[in-house]
Amino acid sequence: MPKQVNEEFDIKKGRFIRLRALVKKETFQIIRDPSTLLISIVLPFFLLFIYAYGVSLDLNHLRMGLVVEDNPATVESLIESFANSTYFDVKIVQSREEILPDITSGAVRGFAVIPSYFSKFEKNPYKIPPIQVIADGSEPNTANFVLNYSKGAVQKWLEQRSISSARSFVPPIEVSQRVWYNEQVESRYFLLSGSLAIIMTLIGTLLTALVVAREWERGTMEVLMSTTAQINELVLGKLIPYFILGMISMLLCIALSVWGYGLPLRGSLWLLCLVSGVFLIAALGLGLMISTFARNQLLAYQISMIVGFLPSYILSGFLFEIPSMPLWVQWITYLLPARYFVQCLQTLFLVGNVWSLIFFNMVPMLLMGIIFFSITAFKTVKRLD
Amino acid sequence: MDLVQIENLSKRFTPKGSPALNKINISIPTGKIIGLVGPDGAGKTTLIRLMAGLLLPTEGMISIDNRDTVKDAQFISFLTGYMPQKFGQYEDITVMQNLELYADLMGLPKEEKSEKFKTLLKFTGLEPFTKRITGALSGGMKQKLGLACSLIRKPTLLLLDEPSVGVDPISRRELWKMIHELLEEGITVVWSTAYLDEAERCHEVLLMNEGEVLFYGDPKQLTKKLDHRVFITKNVEVNARHKFMEMMQKEGIKDGSIQGKSIRVVIKENFNSQDLDEQLEPTEARFEDAFIDKISEHPPKPSRLAEIRPKIASDSKSVILAKNLTKKFGSFVAVNDISCEVKGGEIFGLLGPNGAGKSTTFKMLCGLLNPTEGDAFVKGVDLQSAPAEARQHIGYMAQKFSLYGNLSVKQNLEFFAGCYNLVNEEKKTAIETMIEIFSLEPYLNTSTDQLPLGFKQRLSLACATMHQPEIIFLDEPTSGVDPVTRREFWSHINGLVEKGVTIMITTHFMDEAQYCDRIALVYKGKIIQMDSPDNLKEGVRSEENQSPSLEDAFIHLIEEYDAKASK
Repeated sequence: MPKQVNEEFDIKKGRFIRLRALVKKETFQIIRDPSTLLISIVLPFFLLFIYAYGVSLDLNHLRMGLVVEDNPATVESLIESFANSTYFDVKIVQSREEILPDITSGAVRGFAVIPSYFSKFEKNPYKIPPIQVIADGSEPNTANFVLNYSKGAVQKWLEQRSISSARSFVPPIEVSQRVWYNEQVESRYFLLSGSLAIIMTLIGTLLTALVVAREWERGTMEVLMSTTAQINELVLGKLIPYFILGMISMLLCIALSVWGYGLPLRGSLWLLCLVSGVFLIAALGLGLMISTFARNQLLAYQISMIVGFLPSYILSGFLFEIPSMPLWVQWITYLLPARYFVQCLQTLFLVGNVWSLIFFNMVPMLLMGIIFFSITAFKTVKRLD
Repeated sequence: MDLVQIENLSKRFTPKGSPALNKINISIPTGKIIGLVGPDGAGKTTLIRLMAGLLLPTEGMISIDNRDTVKDAQFISFLTGYMPQKFGQYEDITVMQNLELYADLMGLPKEEKSEKFKTLLKFTGLEPFTKRITGALSGGMKQKLGLACSLIRKPTLLLLDEPSVGVDPISRRELWKMIHELLEEGITVVWSTAYLDEAERCHEVLLMNEGEVLFYGDPKQLTKKLDHRVFITKNVEVNARHKFMEMMQKEGIKDGSIQGKSIRVVIKENFNSQDLDEQLEPTEARFEDAFIDKISEHPPKPSRLAEIRPKIASDSKSVILAKNLTKKFGSFVAVNDISCEVKGGEIFGLLGPNGAGKSTTFKMLCGLLNPTEGDAFVKGVDLQSAPAEARQHIGYMAQKFSLYGNLSVKQNLEFFAGCYNLVNEEKKTAIETMIEIFSLEPYLNTSTDQLPLGFKQRLSLACATMHQPEIIFLDEPTSGVDPVTRREFWSHINGLVEKGVTIMITTHFMDEAQYCDRIALVYKGKIIQMDSPDNLKEGVRSEENQSPSLEDAFIHLIEEYDAKASK
């Protein structure tokens, strides 16, 4: 009898059948497991919604105080210049004392003071009329907005006054501004395209690391290893279904962003899919690599959060611009697949098919994917120790 | 030519630690069933995993059918069917999907599939459940599915790692029968087990302890050595437990057990039974006697845990009282109108197949689950209206090890002391006493995950009893625990009961059920029989079976109930 077995045994023969069986099993599990669908469909939609409506890096309707110590009638046009600006919601008061509690409590982000001697100085050619602007520095970014927008409001008032008044003030140079690619300078577009990278990291890295760790935890891996399935089949059996799941989720997210939230797609969809596919391979590779080290779900979750999700979130250039980071942090960003992907996404959505840029960003992602898979293949043996 | 050759095999998990296996040399003949037994930490699982090619030997080699498990790992996975201790099939897909998966993974040709599935499903009795989600199967059925998956391609060597742990006697008997059918087909089976009555029925037994082979051969050979050393008391004892504890301290006793109202003892070698000054008659030796004789020196000392307890004044009032308990989960009735009464100082056992409603009943009685209907009282206190007060009297030891694995032994003790409102001096003394009684001193700073199983079990008992409860609930406390540790465990329990503590226990070990004063047999959510072990056995005595075992009674009563129900 042993001889008979010997003849039948050909490990290469059943390769495709085994792989198909593993993919099929994984698919059943994905369909049956609510947490997988939660991470791959519900969570991305939720994140997109937040980035589309909840998060905005532009500030409109900044709450601001305006202390008018001068006679309101005489400085009416200046007051209007503040009050009419879409950037501000202005609260007008008579004295500093009235606004102080508001700035302490955060009800206003800053205030401007038109001093009692403003109109007097204005009429005197030897004096420059001052305006004081106080901003709440506990949020530096907002404080900067308060300062700059206030300057803008005053500037506008000056220009208008020069036109209307007899005194002709003609600025020597005129700067005419125009923004390309994101014409309304809406941070929403910039965020939406970048957030797709975060979502793909979540599915590729976190989900994959979790499902492999789950097999170790539940003891199903032990039985898989005792079967004739080979290690590369086990890895591919995980990779294929989650690659497909990731791509489906990506397409759904693109559809929602473009049709639901008005994100322009200026590059080609095919190129977008290709780039996403390459990134997904790197993300899946990272997830599989994590799972070779972490054999329980909690640990796998923590590692993928720290190694995958957080750096992609903070260092990929999706939220914070890379050139404004310290140099050594900028070097670190080169190690993140998400950095390249965010660049590609923002280019493809807002600019168009810039082949050279896409190509140079795709190569490092591909390389990293290969490195992750090599480490995984090298570290994984079909044994328990 | 033997199928498996193990030569000079050693396995170390850490370079400096003591070896899990130390220089094993055995060979396993074709077509036989080998029982692998030994206390926890003996190296049973390690040996099986090494044979399955899942671990790398540190030294030495294993060959199966002349194939090395390391060099020919791929071929080994083809030759062997392996069923791990932990259920290894996917719980979230159906029974059929699991079978399909393993058929493809093991390269079963497509045309043979349907025939093979039919045979296996029939063989395992899983036919009606093919579309069921695997996680919803009972423990026994899961084991059968595991077995079916490991048999999908008729293996040459079948490796089973404790397939019968936590499985009820009926399912165990069925599993055993199935394995014997496989032997007839020429399959060689290695069966690791904590049940020594199973080991006794194997062709060969491999008895291991601390990574070494103590005995390898026909179990009868080992048992034969104990002929004329095993006795049973002639007289029926009024208080068997008291008598048992007294006898265990006598010189010359190696081991003993309570058998309802009589006591069974094994005397030491070269000791004359006459010197015991008891009315004894010789009885047949069992493999378990031989096992204990090989592994342990003395019967456990009298329980210090019991010694420190003041005697609880006995009143004949009921300590645990269940009135018409019913529990429904959705439309499923898990427990259906159960009533029982347990008196102070009694050991009350709940027995029954997996999924019969034992654990649910148990949890309602100790206040972990609220009944849908009916009431449960502990010392006259209603568990629903005053759960906190009632719980002060209760100690609970869960089925699974449920201490904090990443806390140290000391931290766990302190935590539980805090949970039971022990403070200052009281807390300090309680913890110190527990450390002393259970010899936990060397492990104080070890995290509990790292403890040997026997010590985990001791620690669980320590945590459940440190506040000196009057009632102790034990839910399969000895599942997977070896006979030596179990004996120590029972010496504590017997001692505590002598002091008036009340015990409520569930177990699958029939020899442990013998320690109970009364047993309730739970089946399909009802108590189908409630009596003392002796009376239960007496009830099924027949022409063919003159001295039925408790297991016989168990199986008989359930079959009888099923037969009545089908009418």
